[in-house]
Amino acid sequence: MSEALQEIKDLTDADYEYGFSSDLDTDIAPPGLDEDIVRLISSKKDEPAWLLEWRLKAFAAWKSMEEPDWAKLEINPIDYQALSYWAAPKMKPVLDSMDDVDPDIREMFDKLGIPLHEQKTLSNVAVDAIVDSVSVTTTFKKTLAKAGVIFCSFSEAVQDHPDLVREHLGSVVPVRDNYFAALNSAVFSDGSFCYIPAGVRCPMELSTYFRINAMNTGQFERTLIIAEDDSHVSYLEGCTAPQRDENQLHAAVVELVAKDRAEIKYSTVQNWYPGDENGVGGIYNFVTKRGRAHTDAKISWTQVETGSAITWKYPSVILQGDRSVGEFYSVALSSKRQQADTGSKMIHIGADTTSSIISKGISAGHGQNTYRGLVKVLRSAKNARNYTQCDSLLLGSECGAHTIPYIEVKNPSARVEHEASTSTVGEDQLYYCRQRGMSEEDAMSMIVNGFCREVFDELPMEFAVEAQRLLSVSLEGSVG
Amino acid sequence: MLHVNNLNVSISDTVILNGLNLDVGPGEVHAIMGPNGSGKSTFAHALAGRDGYQIAGTATLDGVDLLDLEPEARAAAGLFIGFQYPVEIPGVNNMYFLRTALNSVRRARGDTEIGARDFLAVAQEAMDLVEMKPGFLNRAVNAGFSGGEKKRNEILQMAVMEPRLAVLDETDSGLDIDALRIVASGVNALRGPERSMIVITHYQRLLEYIRPDFVHVLVDGRIVESGDHTLALHLEDNGYADFVNHDLDDAPTRPLSGATR
Repeated sequence: MSEALQEIKDLTDADYEYGFSSDLDTDIAPPGLDEDIVRLISSKKDEPAWLLEWRLKAFAAWKSMEEPDWAKLEINPIDYQALSYWAAPKMKPVLDSMDDVDPDIREMFDKLGIPLHEQKTLSNVAVDAIVDSVSVTTTFKKTLAKAGVIFCSFSEAVQDHPDLVREHLGSVVPVRDNYFAALNSAVFSDGSFCYIPAGVRCPMELSTYFRINAMNTGQFERTLIIAEDDSHVSYLEGCTAPQRDENQLHAAVVELVAKDRAEIKYSTVQNWYPGDENGVGGIYNFVTKRGRAHTDAKISWTQVETGSAITWKYPSVILQGDRSVGEFYSVALSSKRQQADTGSKMIHIGADTTSSIISKGISAGHGQNTYRGLVKVLRSAKNARNYTQCDSLLLGSECGAHTIPYIEVKNPSARVEHEASTSTVGEDQLYYCRQRGMSEEDAMSMIVNGFCREVFDELPMEFAVEAQRLLSVSLEGSVG
Repeated sequence: MLHVNNLNVSISDTVILNGLNLDVGPGEVHAIMGPNGSGKSTFAHALAGRDGYQIAGTATLDGVDLLDLEPEARAAAGLFIGFQYPVEIPGVNNMYFLRTALNSVRRARGDTEIGARDFLAVAQEAMDLVEMKPGFLNRAVNAGFSGGEKKRNEILQMAVMEPRLAVLDETDSGLDIDALRIVASGVNALRGPERSMIVITHYQRLLEYIRPDFVHVLVDGRIVESGDHTLALHLEDNGYADFVNHDLDDAPTRPLSGATR
């Protein structure tokens, strides 16, 4: 191995800094999945009958479906009966204020850099903190309520706003949509719910922080965001998990509804435990994210994916209303033995709809990174426009980058552009930076961050800084 | 200042530099001229520490042997290379790059880092030197720059980094006459008693603007002739023919006026 390759290897073998596990007293269901477990979850959450029925329908659907195998992923068989489908940290029953949050949980979030005290949190960001299967707290609820914004855990929404949930749940991602969405629909435990009334510009960023803590559990959260006419919301999502030797399953569903002229900006920084350099452990991340944009509405997905052993994720926009806009900005890093098969789907239904996809894939170590995207223009979508740009960056010689675009156009007035490039971090670039006095690590980090610039520019400020840091940490190692 | 002693460099077992000796005193400007493939650029990159070179000999800058150091440590020791082909770094802001570079060497030398506002003043001065328009610093490093802009950017970087020794590798190549004048006047402004320069070039033209104290002719990996700036004029008239077909065994006996003290 040449010196430069060795250095790249060192850079990408950095340790996962959120790998600690917390000793929380956890209420956990026995492993296995059958109707009784679905009923147990529903009764634990004291759900109305319609929701139990919905879950059971999903469970029946899931049993009849098969795991998808079209992705470019090598996955150890998942034993769905070996997992536990319910884990919740035991805590005091009522939370009147942040001071009531279990000190152990608060300590865990402090350690993650997400303080749950409102006065200590990032100014202007409300946080819903989710551990394993349940939401443990939501900050800034009162401030938001003044604006009429509902931001709470999914379970609370089921209790307090059942009509809103019932109307929209499954309206964007139906239970039979795909294998993992069906599984999630049957056993989802918690997640975030967000409702922005007509004409309201949400006064702060909304954020959910997901943490898997318990062993041998799956995490199945469900997020639903409804933006009424002329409203605006920016939503952030962050994730980490302890370092464990077995693979943990995470299968989430996110549904966005942007009504007429509404705008939803959804940003994710995903840093689940990626497994070690031999591919042992790590999160299996199978996520279905989709939004429906009504007339003149806009949905924008921005994701920075640095974690997970397996990433299977295609945030999509159904451009239903005329002149609606869909955007997808993505940075996906696969190092060690990580595999990512990720991209976006833009479904153009309305006239004059526009979508853009900017995807930056970074492969290092033995990582495999696949962009898979679909641009579909239906007959009704007169003058639809799409621009897609997929750039891949290879660090080292044992990783891979693949680009698989699907384009289906049924209306001849559509204009669809696709650009793709593959490059390496040139030894020349590193040498140039080092001649100017920078360490190899700093140079690598600078070049990779430069490669991702267009995507980072889309992130809210705090997240952009976090994303750059995360990318640097993920590439950092024992150099020097 | 710089003492290069018996420098031998091979790339993939092909000998490129073959016993090169050179002494550069404080404040001196030396020109190295020579035909294509004579090893001029290899000399610059051997000093800077590019990967893939097999190296023997010594090259001390202010008493420190550069050849023992990582490239970034050589930069911190005061070595600056003006690249013949500056690389593009898409997405990295030129200003950010420059400040990171400057602060990296300052840190390595134990100096305090320079803040964004103070840096702006430093950068502005450097911009004026190479007649760069405002906005230049907000573009990505060399990305989409014209040939002339890239070379001016190298001189701008040199002005900011304030090196002890600058090696300018064919800084004149690809420049039109106006760009050449700007680059040369930038270089001249940066001359000083504590800064030495090695100017590598094919053509005498650059040396009309940057008057060197010494001129060396590099052929087949060693310096075969040294003199003052009139040597460059001689080369302009006669080419390298006088030096190219010489018997290599003869070379060390040729006078090394000026270069070796």
